[in-house]
Amino acid sequence: MNGPIVDARGLHKHFGALHVLRGVDLKVAERELVFVIGPSGSGKSTLLRCLNRLEEPSAGRVVVDGIDMLDPRTDINHARQRIGMVFQSFNLYPHMTALGNVTLALRKVAGKSRAEADALGRAALERVGLGDRAGHTPGQLSGGQQQRVAIARAIALEPRVMLFDEPTSALDPELVGSVLEVMRSLRESGMTMIVVSHEMGFARNAADRVVFMDEGAIVEEGPPAAIFAKPTHERTRAFISQIQRH
Amino acid sequence: MIQSFFNPEIIVASWPIVRAGLLNTVLLSLLVVPLGLFGGLILALLASVKHPAVRWPLMAWVDFFRAFPPLVLLILLFAGLPFAGLELGGFVCVAIAFFLNTGAYYGEILRAGIDSVPGGQIEAARSTGLSRLQAMTSVVLPQAVRNVLPDLLSNTLEVVKLTALGSVVAVPELLYQARQAQSLTYNPTPIVVAAIIYFLMLWPAVRLLSRLENRAFAGP
Ligand SMILES: Nc1ncnc2c1ncn2[C@@H]1O[C@H](COP(=O)(O)OP(=O)(O)OP(=O)(O)O)[C@@H](O)[C@H]1O
Ligand SMILES: [Mg+2]
Repeated sequence: MNGPIVDARGLHKHFGALHVLRGVDLKVAERELVFVIGPSGSGKSTLLRCLNRLEEPSAGRVVVDGIDMLDPRTDINHARQRIGMVFQSFNLYPHMTALGNVTLALRKVAGKSRAEADALGRAALERVGLGDRAGHTPGQLSGGQQQRVAIARAIALEPRVMLFDEPTSALDPELVGSVLEVMRSLRESGMTMIVVSHEMGFARNAADRVVFMDEGAIVEEGPPAAIFAKPTHERTRAFISQIQRH
Repeated sequence: MIQSFFNPEIIVASWPIVRAGLLNTVLLSLLVVPLGLFGGLILALLASVKHPAVRWPLMAWVDFFRAFPPLVLLILLFAGLPFAGLELGGFVCVAIAFFLNTGAYYGEILRAGIDSVPGGQIEAARSTGLSRLQAMTSVVLPQAVRNVLPDLLSNTLEVVKLTALGSVVAVPELLYQARQAQSLTYNPTPIVVAAIIYFLMLWPAVRLLSRLENRAFAGP
């Protein structure tokens, strides 16, 4: 497979009168880490959510791992297993243990037995460094640990691509590192990733490509060094200098 | 005074009758509470369908059966249906009336519970491939029920009390049997006994409810 894992073309999204995505094209190659930046309201989350069809695009095409996500004949529940998603607010199931969170879809969607699911779930928790927290509920975990459980919940399904929507924005600064650590190890294991985040240090070290969005469109993209050092567009320059002042 | 309201001989003599009533009240409750919960669950699940063809009839249904006095509904079913050629008997009429009336109440409670669960929960579940229904049953409903547990319990208390309505259509539950015993013995003692039984039956649930409500006030 040499084609892109994610191939989105001409994506538009309207919320009523609001035109939030205005013709976005995004191709992501296998093992690539694409980092998406842009001002608040520029459509970054909406773009990610259109890729796994949590949001229905108004127009355009989304193909993920060869599956046409917008084709009505596509089994969307099956297709979504290939696309892991991590949310800013974790969205762990508070009434279940960490292991319960990680194994739910393994049992209900992937059709694993409880024993199989538990084994896979424990392995996934192990990968995010939380093998010893399997029996804890989200309320008993720190924010950083919760987000790592959320990552384990996604990777347990062995997705072909992972979407991260501001995974560290809700965390206390001292907990950010542990989550970035897990993301870095995921990247080293060859996971294809699309990351919306303000962690510019992470972008510099780990990203293959940085995409700058503004007003529902991709304004400019390129290797992190190029984008951060000499952006070609005024809007990119303004945004980056504003971020770096913080 | 004691002789007329709490006469020991009459308690003993009427006990078999009253006891049969108690048993029927318990059985009736065990029938109508799940029935109402089931009806409520259907209504609450339908409430997540935003289509106008579902929304408006649903709203009308819930409003109607919450506004309609359950006693009137029961008598209407019992006395009216035979004219439509349907002779259902008191027990079945009680079951139907409760399904309609308490189902509407349970439905509103469960709907509020479902609304109290953040949308991110469904999104997380759907993002891992769970269907809408799986997300509902595995992720949303358990949290929804927990969030409205005091209201569910409180409504259940009301439902158990309302089973006394069965006496109007000759269902031999506790109140009906106590009145039978009263008219046989010419003494109100069986009614007093029934009242005490109702209290003893419901009081633990009331205590539990207070504790749940206090905990809710105190926060998690
Ligand atoms: N469900 C919705 N209904 C209506 N408008 C929405 C909805 N979701 C997003 N929007 C609007 O679409 C625009 C883009 O939102 P989006 O969340 O994609 O931006 P973002 O780039 O992720 O911003 P942020 O950095 O603040 O997360 C915003 O103006 C937002 O208010
Ligand atoms: Mg966003």
